[in-house]
Amino acid sequence: MTVVVTGLGTTSPLGGDVASTWEAALAGRSGVRTLDNDWAETYGVPVHFAGQLAVRPEEVLSRPETKRMDPSAQMAIVAAREAWADAGSPDVDPERLGSIVSSGIGGVWTLLSAWDTVKERGASRVLPLTVPMLMPNSPTAYVSLEFKARAGAHSPVSACASGAEAIGMGLEMIESGRADVVIAGGTEAAIHPLPISAFAAMQALSKRNDDPAGASRPYDVTRDGFVLGEGAGVVILESESHAKARGARIYARLLGRGMTADGHHIAAPEPTGAGQTRAMELALQDAGLTTADVVHVNAHATSTPVGDMIEARGIRTLLGSHADSVALSATKSMTGHLLGGAGALESVFTVKALETRTAPPTINVTQPDPELQVDLVRDVPRALPAEGQIAAINNSFGFGGHNVALVFASI
Amino acid sequence: MALSENEVLEGLAEIVVDETGIDAAEVTAEKSFTDDLDIDSLSMMTIVTLAEEKFDVRIPDEDVKNLITVGDAVTYITGAQD
Repeated sequence: MTVVVTGLGTTSPLGGDVASTWEAALAGRSGVRTLDNDWAETYGVPVHFAGQLAVRPEEVLSRPETKRMDPSAQMAIVAAREAWADAGSPDVDPERLGSIVSSGIGGVWTLLSAWDTVKERGASRVLPLTVPMLMPNSPTAYVSLEFKARAGAHSPVSACASGAEAIGMGLEMIESGRADVVIAGGTEAAIHPLPISAFAAMQALSKRNDDPAGASRPYDVTRDGFVLGEGAGVVILESESHAKARGARIYARLLGRGMTADGHHIAAPEPTGAGQTRAMELALQDAGLTTADVVHVNAHATSTPVGDMIEARGIRTLLGSHADSVALSATKSMTGHLLGGAGALESVFTVKALETRTAPPTINVTQPDPELQVDLVRDVPRALPAEGQIAAINNSFGFGGHNVALVFASI
Repeated sequence: MALSENEVLEGLAEIVVDETGIDAAEVTAEKSFTDDLDIDSLSMMTIVTLAEEKFDVRIPDEDVKNLITVGDAVTYITGAQD
């Protein structure tokens, strides 16, 4: 059974929807800016910048909606509504519609502000909707509620691989016959002093406070950590037969997923990258494709000194000399790292790359790591082969040793 | 300075509108929270919590079930003010 992508939605640091986000990505714009708050002075938060949303959810949602949903769920709903409309609001039996929208962290703003309420104003002031707002399944639950997705609502939690894992599970949900259509993706709203402090405590974040837009620089010799971003990405997955029966516009096919675990360390990737490479291999096998079919990779590449090169070596191992002609893009250079939303936004990018046959650029790479043996698309977009069927891999890896690779193909 | 019933109604309506998106003109004394305004128990508890804060009164859980209409809540809150 073939699964296709019929709708796309996002709200990201680059734009409030897919069109503006994609346009900014092709233009090589950064969505990373200095934070307009006093966290540095008040709490000593060491990182003063992030990839904040271009359009706040409260600008597009009603006040009751923003009051009952954590920002992570708000972003998911914004992206899901766009994707659903983009797919032509499919007429599907609710019992054949699934929702799989993940978050890596969940309602961290809700959790921590409710704790502030307890401390400052007492337990009786905690609002009754606090639990449904902070639970990490809240985004997928709200999507299920809004679109009457009754085949099942899931939210796999696998840190920065969550969004990609959700889309991989969406593929499985349709292939296994549980659903005809799945609203799949990921979201994250963690630009808050605590997560920033905690990531900084791990030495995971870039500290380039004097150059926010230049801070996320995957594969550059001067890279010094990732840049936190926020937002959501959602795709509408549909069995090809269901899509064709209703005359849907089809962007691309989702042909395969590979999911492995390192079983190595709670936060560090396994140094040989074997698990990552195996995820890519499994995804290609699942897709029934060979490495020769791959023309583009949207890399996980978060701009960390260690992680970037483990992935790049894995891609080289997998593709061999073919890697010299596979357009590799690291879009986190522009968006920052959306954690649980990353794999989903990057799936949107991967689908757009196949649809438009254009690989988006990687910005901020002034001196590529001398060990880099991949064909990095730098500064300006690159045309992909205009003829024939082409395929692309989207990689996402997460703390805990989660490795997810998705294989998309043109129609 | 205790508020009048009208002022309490106005303040309560603000909370209800903000919480549910119901048109302010709909929030009148005779309306039942559940039957007319379609407010579920979680939203009701939220409105009560916000009203306690706004009007500086205590509305014990066992009394909430007696607040069937908007008017019931207005009367209760007005009476509970010092």
